[in-house]
This record gives sequence, C-alpha cells and structure tokens, in this order.
Amino acid sequence: MSEPWEEEGPGEIRKFMYVNRKAPYGTIYALESLEVVLIAAAFEQDVSMVFMDDGVFQIKKGQDTGQIGMKNFSPTYRALEGYDVEKLYVEAESLSERGLSEDDLLVPVEVMSRDAIARLMDEQDVILSF
Amino acid sequence: MKYAILVNEGPYQHQASDTAYQFCKAAIERGHEVFRAFFYHDGVHNGSRFPVPPQDDRNIPVQWSELAAAHDIDLVVCIAAAQRRGILDEGEAQRQGKDGDNIAPGFRISGLGQLIEAGIQCDRLLVFGD
Repeated sequence: MSEPWEEEGPGEIRKFMYVNRKAPYGTIYALESLEVVLIAAAFEQDVSMVFMDDGVFQIKKGQDTGQIGMKNFSPTYRALEGYDVEKLYVEAESLSERGLSEDDLLVPVEVMSRDAIARLMDEQDVILSF
Repeated sequence: MKYAILVNEGPYQHQASDTAYQFCKAAIERGHEVFRAFFYHDGVHNGSRFPVPPQDDRNIPVQWSELAAAHDIDLVVCIAAAQRRGILDEGEAQRQGKDGDNIAPGFRISGLGQLIEAGIQCDRLLVFGD
C-alpha cells in the first residue's frame, strides 16, 4: 500500500491552511501571516484560514491603532475575497472565551467547534501556523 | 521523505531554530531529504553572519551554513521580513544604499513564493515557531 504522500502528482492542487493564533498587534505574526496569504494566492492552491486563540482579535470590528503608531491592517481581511481566499474559519471556543460573537467580526466566517477545526486540520496537506 | 522547514523565530531567544536544526540533522541521518529551510518573521536573523556567541556556546547561523553545505539544503531568507530587520545580501545592500551586507554563507534572500513552492513540492512542511 502506498503512503498518502506518494499518491500526489505534480501540478495537483494542495490544501493549504493558515492558522492565526496571535493578537493583531503586540507582535508582528498577524501582519506577516497576512502577507504570506496574499502572496500565496498567486499559486492558486486550495486555501483556508483559521482564527483561534487570540487570533480571533485579528478580525474584530472597530480596530483603532491611532494611538500606537502602527498601521491598522484589518481592512485587508475584507480584501481576501478578491484573492479567492473565501474559507475563513473561527474557533467557537476562542470567541466565547473572549466574550466575542460572530457579530463582532469584520468578515463573513464560518464558526466551528474545536473538534470540527481539528478534523479540518486533519484533511490539510500543508498547515502554516503563525 | 522530502521535507521542507519553516523557521519563524530568531536564534537564542527561542529554541525553534535549534529544534529545526536538530530535526534536519536527524532526518538526514535517517536518509530523508531536507530540500529547503525557509526563514520568516524573526527567523531571518538566523541568516546573519554577524552573531558572536560565547565560545562555549553553539553558533546557530554557522551550524545552519555547515549543515546546508554538507547536505545541499536551500536556506532561504524571506526578503520582506529581512528588509524590515536589516538582513542584507550584497545586491540588496547596494539597492538600498546600505554600507554593508551581513548574510551568512549558504543563505539566500528570496520571496515568500519559495515557501509556498516548498509547501507544494515537499511531502511534509514542518513549522518551527514559538
């Protein structure tokens, strides 16, 4: 029996998942993760993004960075659709632990349970976590 | 198996680069291939040849350079992340009007496309981060 990684031929579209776990400011992970997603869009892979832990704050409405001297890059998440990045998943537990709901988010997402996200991760070819 | 590696943290402050290095060594010893290590976020600092750690400590950039030379690993530093953090090769230093470059032997500066390409070409892409 061949292993799963031996079945994939060249040119096959792979499932890439970007897992965002950090708050948008305080560290640069969120901003640079978004840069990866935007560049990667040109490769026309099967892309999804997950927001969990403090990463859910990345797509919270009403971000105002005026007082911290950093660019508010949250509008870029709204542009993702134009890059064919349309599968955005948010972990339900991470939202509720932070007193947030789907209405607090600035882009349409699918809210999923921790278990469902774990199953989704299992289906991926490449997971990049930031 | 054909592995690609992503290193997201700089040397010494975090163990991620050490762990990635140990993984690469172990994988190669077991007969696997590590064809590319991509350095992102503060991970680009692994590609500076300027660190001068105490003599009884490991020199992380030198370790990477030696491993790459011995086993033909493509060490790629992300250009966007490198420009932010002052990691320059000769060409970049000239383009940006800087008075010197600091990239370590065996490393090259290129775009995020190299990371995505590695994710498409590898059997497994491993992320080493915080």
